[in-house]
Amino acid sequence: MKWLIRGGRVIDPQNQVDDLMDIYIHQGKILDLQPVPPKRNATTFSDFRVIPAEGLVITPGLIDMHTHLREPGYEYKETILTGTQAAVAGGFTAVACMANTLPVNDTQAVTEYILHKAREARLARVFPIGAISPGLKGEALAEYGELKNAGVVALSDDGHPVMNSQLMRRAMEYARAFELPIISHCEDLFLSRPGVMHEGPTSTWLGLHGIPSAAEETMVYRDIQICQMTQNPLHIAHVSTAASVQLVRDAKKKGLPVSAETAPHYFSLTEEAVIGFDTQAKMNPPLRTKEDLWAVQKGLKDGTIDVIASDHAPHSPLEKEVEFDLAAMGIVGLETTLPLTLNLMHLGILTFPQAIAKLTQGPARILKLNGFGGLQRSGPAHLTIIDPELEFQVDIHSFRSKSKNSPFHGWKLKGQAVLTMVEGRIVYNQMAPTSDL
Amino acid sequence: MKFNRHHLLGIKGLTREEIETILTTAESLKEISFRDIKKVPTLRGKTVVNFFHEPSTRTRTSFEIAAKRLSADTVGLSSSTSSLVKGETLTDTARNLEAMNPDVIVIRHSMAGAPHLLSRMIKPSIINAGDGMHEHPTQALLDLMTIREKKGRIEGQQIAIIGDIAHSRVARSNIIGLKTMGAQVMVAGPPTMIPPFIDSMGVGVTYRIEEAVAWADVIMMLRVQLERQKQMLFPSLREYSRFFGLNPEAMKKAKRDVIIMHPGPINRGVELHPELADGPYSVILDQVTNGVAIRMALLYLLLGGKKSEMAD
Ligand SMILES: [Zn+2]
Repeated sequence: MKWLIRGGRVIDPQNQVDDLMDIYIHQGKILDLQPVPPKRNATTFSDFRVIPAEGLVITPGLIDMHTHLREPGYEYKETILTGTQAAVAGGFTAVACMANTLPVNDTQAVTEYILHKAREARLARVFPIGAISPGLKGEALAEYGELKNAGVVALSDDGHPVMNSQLMRRAMEYARAFELPIISHCEDLFLSRPGVMHEGPTSTWLGLHGIPSAAEETMVYRDIQICQMTQNPLHIAHVSTAASVQLVRDAKKKGLPVSAETAPHYFSLTEEAVIGFDTQAKMNPPLRTKEDLWAVQKGLKDGTIDVIASDHAPHSPLEKEVEFDLAAMGIVGLETTLPLTLNLMHLGILTFPQAIAKLTQGPARILKLNGFGGLQRSGPAHLTIIDPELEFQVDIHSFRSKSKNSPFHGWKLKGQAVLTMVEGRIVYNQMAPTSDL
Repeated sequence: MKFNRHHLLGIKGLTREEIETILTTAESLKEISFRDIKKVPTLRGKTVVNFFHEPSTRTRTSFEIAAKRLSADTVGLSSSTSSLVKGETLTDTARNLEAMNPDVIVIRHSMAGAPHLLSRMIKPSIINAGDGMHEHPTQALLDLMTIREKKGRIEGQQIAIIGDIAHSRVARSNIIGLKTMGAQVMVAGPPTMIPPFIDSMGVGVTYRIEEAVAWADVIMMLRVQLERQKQMLFPSLREYSRFFGLNPEAMKKAKRDVIIMHPGPINRGVELHPELADGPYSVILDQVTNGVAIRMALLYLLLGGKKSEMAD
């Protein structure tokens, strides 16, 4: 199929483009990008089907570098099919999925299974993340060479911190041979257990065990020090506290290969969302204070935080409609991440290109995803069309994700993906029917 | 007198007027317990389920006696007899309970927020008889009643709460109730048992119990859970009793008309010296008596009084 995406505002931070352009697509590739001509020659590309994009924004396909797809093992929460359906509906053309499945993605076979299922789904591209340690047990090194050959793009025990500092050192040293970044879930379990929410005034009132900010920050500091020793790229997952942001900022100033991500909930909500024992607001790391929220926003603005990731963590009602102490941690995020990110633009915190960079250029660079993160001639046509003016109310019942656990139900937001294209193929389309696609 | 609530989930959110209504009602019902025939027909035909997911003979008995004095039928369901131990969820238990059409469910649960979860799922009135470290509203109300009875008023009184504040629902409910009623509160105990951010609740903090004792009109001792030692919260019982327990030595600086309270059961010789538990300052047994009156008042107000709205 040949497509002409006509007259949209192309925002491509990787190539420093922010212009009205026509994009020509042929055989899954971008044939050409041209500034919108004053007068079109209708005959030149008459065999291209037109997607009128006037008033819309075209970006490189969004990438979510922190997703839990739950398959294999927890298919009642999500499958690779439903997860990638949610991904494309949220504007994502690629997701990197964490290794905490059952079995854990600590072997070639599991990686291959995930990739096979993803190919079957034919929606968003899936990039598996391998485990740092077999079974996420934090006791030994997984086979990084085998995992890399099978297709993993990074290593992480996400969901579980690597408590053993010596193992973390060895992991970062050994990963250098295979050029795999280490993604660290920073949490000192001795400090965080048995906490279920942020330790602060609200946990004190509610009588819930708190997780102090230091549980995250001490591990961020440790991992940065190990990164300095080993010089392997280190990516800090889901940064939630002001001091963590500052530690990353300092590490970057020193020139260390450190990057960081946060998730929309950490710049949109505070610990007060837990009041009333709302398990939809239970996550790990927990929602923090206003000061932390502001620091995360500032970290995004000044570039300390490179990436906004969904930390999409689907859970069934069985695991959420229970006592707060027992409830599972995490929220679904693939379908709310883009609009919540655009909300930072509406609030004047990020420019449009900055917001888009956190969802495209940032993750593509950190995970070294070829063909993703930018739009260029003869590159693959992975792109997202966003209607920046589209106002809507978040409704969990409309989610493609198999799970509906979200604290954002009922929120009014502005700006959402209306068309998602992977390798020139439309995998999601909510554009007005008049566009005759 | 106005009391339009359907549930009693906590002290938080109750107005001063509502608390006063409960206390005044309890004072008027207290007399029933001293009659020859300790029973009135007020709640005849009503059913009260005591659902205790965590053992507590005292609170449970108190609720049971309260219900019976008002002629309500009571049914007990404890964690050992309930199917919770067989893996049934709270939701399942709740739906089963509701299917039996009780009027009130009194719930004691080891997890904070369990009564709130229950109240969102089912229709009967819920009384929180203690949820995790969160709240224990009926204990706080009986404490308020006892202070008012012994001191004449609550406003302006200086209350020292001493012991494991961090893990105590009694402390939380009392702080909220006492502040609502205009009292001043100071908490004391080892720093490991004083939660960070407790000052956000508007209380003073000291780690020196003598300071709290000298300041107080009312001393409220808390029970120390012996297993906290394993959680590295204090080094030994011996050291705890010596530095954070209330003993005659520490009492030397106390005001002459001070009263000593304790929610029970007491670890004699640990947080409270036996001589003081049974001594002239102690109002511990009055608390137990008032506990029945408070619970009668709540059952009466939730069931007997006209409900103009079902909102919590
Ligand atoms: Zn994590």
